Amino acid sequence: MNVTIKLFATLRNGRFKIAERKYPEGTTVAEIVDGLAIPRQEIASILVNGLMASYQQELRDKDTLVLFPPLGGG
Amino acid sequence: MDFKRTNYSSGAPLEEKVGYSRVVKVGPYVFVGGTTAVQPDGSVYGENDAYAQTKYILEKMIKCLEQAGAKREEVVRVKAYATDMSRAKEIGDAYAEFFKDIKPLFTMVGIAALNRPTQVVEIEIDAIIGSIKEVKKMTKVIRINPAQNQVVSEEFKDEYRLLGGRALTARIVADEVDPRCSALGVGNKVILAPGLLSGTKAPSSGRLSIGGKSPLTGTIKESNVGGTAGHKLARLGYKAIIIEGDTSDKTFVITISKKGILLLEAPELAEQGNYQTTQILRTKYGEKATIISIGPAGERGYTAASIAVTDMDGNPSRHAARGGLGAVLGSKGIKAIVIIDEASVLTTSDDFNQAAKKLAEALTKNPVSGQALPALGTAVLVNMVNESGALPTRNFRYGRFDNAAAISGEQLAETAAQRGGKCGHACMPGCVIRCSNVYVNAEGRHITSGLEYETIVMLGSNCGIADLDFIAEMDRFCDDFGLDTIETGCTIGVAMEAGIIPFGSTDGMLDLTRQIAEGTALGKILGQGAAVAGKVLGVERVPVVKGQGIPAYDPRAIKGNGVTYATSPMGADHTCGNALGHPAVNPISPEGQVQVSAELQTVCAAIDATGLCLFICFALGENPGQNLGYVADMISSLYDVCWQGNNVIGLGQQTLAIERRFNRDAGFTSAHDRLPEFFYKEPLKPHNTVFDVPEEEIKKAFP
Repeated sequence: MNVTIKLFATLRNGRFKIAERKYPEGTTVAEIVDGLAIPRQEIASILVNGLMASYQQELRDKDTLVLFPPLGGG
Repeated sequence: MDFKRTNYSSGAPLEEKVGYSRVVKVGPYVFVGGTTAVQPDGSVYGENDAYAQTKYILEKMIKCLEQAGAKREEVVRVKAYATDMSRAKEIGDAYAEFFKDIKPLFTMVGIAALNRPTQVVEIEIDAIIGSIKEVKKMTKVIRINPAQNQVVSEEFKDEYRLLGGRALTARIVADEVDPRCSALGVGNKVILAPGLLSGTKAPSSGRLSIGGKSPLTGTIKESNVGGTAGHKLARLGYKAIIIEGDTSDKTFVITISKKGILLLEAPELAEQGNYQTTQILRTKYGEKATIISIGPAGERGYTAASIAVTDMDGNPSRHAARGGLGAVLGSKGIKAIVIIDEASVLTTSDDFNQAAKKLAEALTKNPVSGQALPALGTAVLVNMVNESGALPTRNFRYGRFDNAAAISGEQLAETAAQRGGKCGHACMPGCVIRCSNVYVNAEGRHITSGLEYETIVMLGSNCGIADLDFIAEMDRFCDDFGLDTIETGCTIGVAMEAGIIPFGSTDGMLDLTRQIAEGTALGKILGQGAAVAGKVLGVERVPVVKGQGIPAYDPRAIKGNGVTYATSPMGADHTCGNALGHPAVNPISPEGQVQVSAELQTVCAAIDATGLCLFICFALGENPGQNLGYVADMISSLYDVCWQGNNVIGLGQQTLAIERRFNRDAGFTSAHDRLPEFFYKEPLKPHNTVFDVPEEEIKKAFP
């Protein structure tokens, strides 16, 4: 399946802004994040198609995964 | 009294042979014996140089004092013996470098000779441990009545001692302003109050609160601003400045110096923009002067009028913007307040300094206040809010803007790097977060400073604009004319909704801002904010609560903010309880939002009382026990109380209670704690959500 990954703010450093990657069906957010070698403590916000998602969520074809470092949060 | 005696020796053989000490301490009294500029190797430092020898000697002697447990600040008498009184000035100059602010007794006499011919001065010092001179604090309250030409200084009421910032403005407004008064009339007042910790070396503590009754909302209002005024007013000893009395058509300037406060007429400043005004005043009073000013908007009584404060570059880029307090100042004829002098930082104890240091460390270590904000500014939120589907787009029609990337923080930082602008710019002295920026155009010329997230979105995506350079020009216009950028963005969005100009039209926006500046009929209407403009132009979808324009988070997709907008005593306001990114809730779910908003509103009201920048909230969220504890420690030390974190929170609760009571007396009920209808009915794309936090839940938490 094809997944679009968008990185923002400091997560872009040394990586990319936007990328389209191919993954096997049922790949989770965790697997993608770990595969990109992004330390989990650097991520504060995970959005799949604009909605809050967890590391366990499985992605589907044409999903957009968006990752943010800590930017807000009372 | 303790009469325990201690003799301190420096180990010199003569001391044993003849029988004398270097330092003698009896109880709290510390006496340091006659000292010359002899070095450990026996040679004379700075031979025949009176200034150099005096400095060397005093440094040596202060070390001796410290050895005996005394401090430089505790010195009560200095005696200098000089072989040549024509060198008195040099000796005096060196002395002043150590003791000018402490003012012990200082005797200087001429004598025939010292031990060695190249020694020109010998000094004795007496100190008393525990005699530190009275700590400088904020004690003065000044009342200024421009129409009556009165400036009166008073000691603050005892009940105000532990209040500062928003807690103090709220209290004074509640005590002295009739909630039913006309906000642009004789009954209203403008209160300027530094925070409890302002003026000290606490990190990011220079915020100034400005309060009164808002002519925009009719509620109580506090607007908080960075820049250079907060620290200066605190260090000059001002707890609050109250501007009151009849309305006036004149143009006054208030000057504040170490000598006192003057009220002067300045007709030449009438209708000048903030940039011109600050330039004129800084030319007159010095480049270092801090200027608090209103632009023509405030002078004309536009209820979207802000109050500008100069930043460290002297630009009027920081604003107490929300709620139209600029118009209240204007109604009383106050065009500007000039703080001419600076005083030294307020004295703080070791305990205080320790807590301040730890808080600063926590702020720099926190990923938001220590990395994201200094790197990209508040604009870093553009992409996040856009991806979340909550970015106000075309008058709150959509939650996503196609060209968000073009107006994002990442883009802003890139542009600044290419053109020689700045990110990581501090808006106030002593800030360790430094989230502000300086925006220059393609030729490197300064356009505006402090281009913030709210401005970028409300004058950007909310108006269908994707041009950061243009938004920067709009920001400069608002800063110069003295308008709240959020309110102006909402208002133009409403004008676009009404079809006055198309969405996305930069020419159209230039025309509307020209009209506002000129004061055409339409311009006058737009200057009164989105609610008035919407009514006159017949627009149904007007994004305001209690008359104030909604900031850059659509409440249908960040529901916690919807609760804040609906229930805050300030009207639609984000700084009093921003739920963006809060880990305990899903932003598009109605669950848990009321509790989150209630907690945030309390914490924010507490921070607003301290003079600390709201962005310490990230460190507070990370480790509340520890970091709020540092704030409590600093307040405890400075005000001689025993506060814990919950006392600080208590300040927030107190303040909110006072504010809600004022609003009730002004005629507000829970019926006003609502968003405009379209937020409940019109689903917001991309998530197709409406604001559906249950009204009963809101009423219960905000009775």
